[in-house]
Amino acid sequence: MNFKKTILDPLFNNNPIALQILGVCSALAVTSKMETVLVMSLAVICVIALSSLSVSIIRDYIPSSIRIIVQMTIIASLVIITDQVLKAYLFETSKALSVYVGLIITNCIVMGRAEGYAMQNGPLMSFLDGIGNGIGYAIVLIFVGVFRELFGSGSLLGFQILPLASEGGWYQPNGLMLLAPSAFFLIGFFIWILRTFNKDQVEEE
Amino acid sequence: MSAKKETAGQTILVTLILCVVCSVLVSFSAVYLKPVQEKNKKLDIKKNLLFAAKLIDSSSVTEKQIEKAYQQIETKVIDLEKGMYSDKIDPSDFDQVKAAQDPAKSKSIDPADDVAGIKKREKFSKVYLVKKEGKTDQIIFPIYGKGLWSTMYGFLSLAPDFNTIQGITFYSHGETPGLGGEIENPRWKKLWIGKKVFDDDFNVLFDILKGEVPQGVKNIDNKIDGISGATLTCNGVENSIIYWFGKDGFLKFIKNEIKSGRG
Repeated sequence: MNFKKTILDPLFNNNPIALQILGVCSALAVTSKMETVLVMSLAVICVIALSSLSVSIIRDYIPSSIRIIVQMTIIASLVIITDQVLKAYLFETSKALSVYVGLIITNCIVMGRAEGYAMQNGPLMSFLDGIGNGIGYAIVLIFVGVFRELFGSGSLLGFQILPLASEGGWYQPNGLMLLAPSAFFLIGFFIWILRTFNKDQVEEE
Repeated sequence: MSAKKETAGQTILVTLILCVVCSVLVSFSAVYLKPVQEKNKKLDIKKNLLFAAKLIDSSSVTEKQIEKAYQQIETKVIDLEKGMYSDKIDPSDFDQVKAAQDPAKSKSIDPADDVAGIKKREKFSKVYLVKKEGKTDQIIFPIYGKGLWSTMYGFLSLAPDFNTIQGITFYSHGETPGLGGEIENPRWKKLWIGKKVFDDDFNVLFDILKGEVPQGVKNIDNKIDGISGATLTCNGVENSIIYWFGKDGFLKFIKNEIKSGRG
């Protein structure tokens, strides 16, 4: 078992969004501002890592006929706890994220790792695999978020970088960047760049 | 996966233990964190009230500053049917948003009157009086209505003439960030200050135009610029004002107050 490979592989070589095309929904929804991107990424990393860990610990006791429900129960509980913590300690951001924290439950990456990896592997490896995949998800979100906030609002993390025309500057913000479809294009570009360097990810025609 | 754990008894046992563990964790986090969350919510509403009254101006105020500035605000409850102050309800534990959903504490709105698209409204509403040297300096009204995607909750502050707008803020909405979400934009909210809600006969004349207000247009005091890319959200805001300051909303109270000379 290779710790480094487990944690680094999902970043670019086997990225959950770019290669497995999972979890795209929330990547479109929360990426218009960097602040929500970072909190959302952190929440997803925590949920994937802890759910993979818990599923892995009890994997020998899970009857295979109800394993999906068992995984869902664990994931749902973790997501609720994450949501509660955010509401208590990061109120403003949790307001901006609104329903999307709750929707981590339906993020296929979390369930995919639980079913696809944690059911067959030990707790430590599953935990690392969860962290790796969470970071892989975060990388794509940050890539998309940087472009969307910079070109849509002229700022990064709330700091004004391009002075807006409406505030007396010169930059006319691109309204498309604030809408969800722009994330589709950006994820497309991300996959394109990735596959230019990683030729073996290109699907056969 | 060995076959031995596939008996019905095992399956039920595992499910039971899992459910108990998960529910204990979830309830523990919910109960343990509730006080902090409630405090955040209350603080957020106070902050927005102070924004509407322009008693604070940056979003990076500390809790202490909020509490201190908030001392200038007195909360009262009014009976919307009678249009008068009511002491039947203690303002400190009256949850207005919840009351609007409670059949016993709300009334359904005639669809013809329901311009704000909210279907029912609470029978009692809070109003917030901003005191300055013992006198009422501003009156803040809670308003809400449907925007493009969501119900938008906000506060509108009026001068003692019950007509001149002193400030507006929205503390909860789900409009598109960057488009409809620009109702939170401080520059846009500044446009509201000094505008008038009513004409001379207390008909709501307030109007959010599409695009900029042209120079020299009639009733320019009642008109403000729309937000580009957010026409439907702006319509929702305008309709919320029309509803809440119309005969079904605060108009009765406002007329009573003016008659009694407290205005």
